Amino acid sequence: MAGLTILYFAWVRERIGRDEQQIDHPGAEATIAALLDRLATETPGHAAAFAERDRLRAALDQRFVPLDTPIGEARELALFPPVTGG
Amino acid sequence: MPHLVVRVGPDDFDPAAELAALEGLPGGAVASFTGLVRDDGGLQALHLEHYPAMTERQIREVVALAADRWPLLGVTVIHRHGTLGVGTRIVFVGTASSHRTAALEACTFLIDWLKVSAPFWKRTIRHDGSGEWVEAAAGDDDRAARWTRD
Repeated sequence: MAGLTILYFAWVRERIGRDEQQIDHPGAEATIAALLDRLATETPGHAAAFAERDRLRAALDQRFVPLDTPIGEARELALFPPVTGG
Repeated sequence: MPHLVVRVGPDDFDPAAELAALEGLPGGAVASFTGLVRDDGGLQALHLEHYPAMTERQIREVVALAADRWPLLGVTVIHRHGTLGVGTRIVFVGTASSHRTAALEACTFLIDWLKVSAPFWKRTIRHDGSGEWVEAAAGDDDRAARWTRD
């Protein structure tokens, strides 16, 4: 199965220390939240970035989705705080 | 819609020129909003980060929602990113219509929805070198949501 690109923005990016990473696709059934649980065990930066779930937002293939959404066939996951443009 | 301009980039813009383009349409009513970096004491600049693959599409979707709802002849949305000093322009929304209510309401709708659906993040840069990420305002979601209650 192809991989999944994960993009990080704002303080999520700063806590993790990188703006992008490639992982093996976790499978269509896996939810974003389950993937966050796994990644949080990998580095202290990931753990810090994902600690406050209610302050995290996500997009799959450039569409906003809730964190309990299955990743499905998406190729790009973005993780970031609530947006503050305008 | 005869006139649709969506521009995302680091460069400044000229509100007068953008308004003139909207005034050139035959509607007779033009409304606009310009957002600037507010001087809130000690702030030197804001740094705006965005999600390039998503930003313009999100803006175009919000514009499409406005065009479905109001009889618009023209819409211009410009949003800057990068480091922007106090007093400089961040965002411009302009609308043109044959009806002033449509122009005014669509303009308010567009800026309310851009605030909650365009993937931008602001970081403060203060004169003393400190800075932090701006928290989303609790009222922003409410302002956007009230358009769906009418």
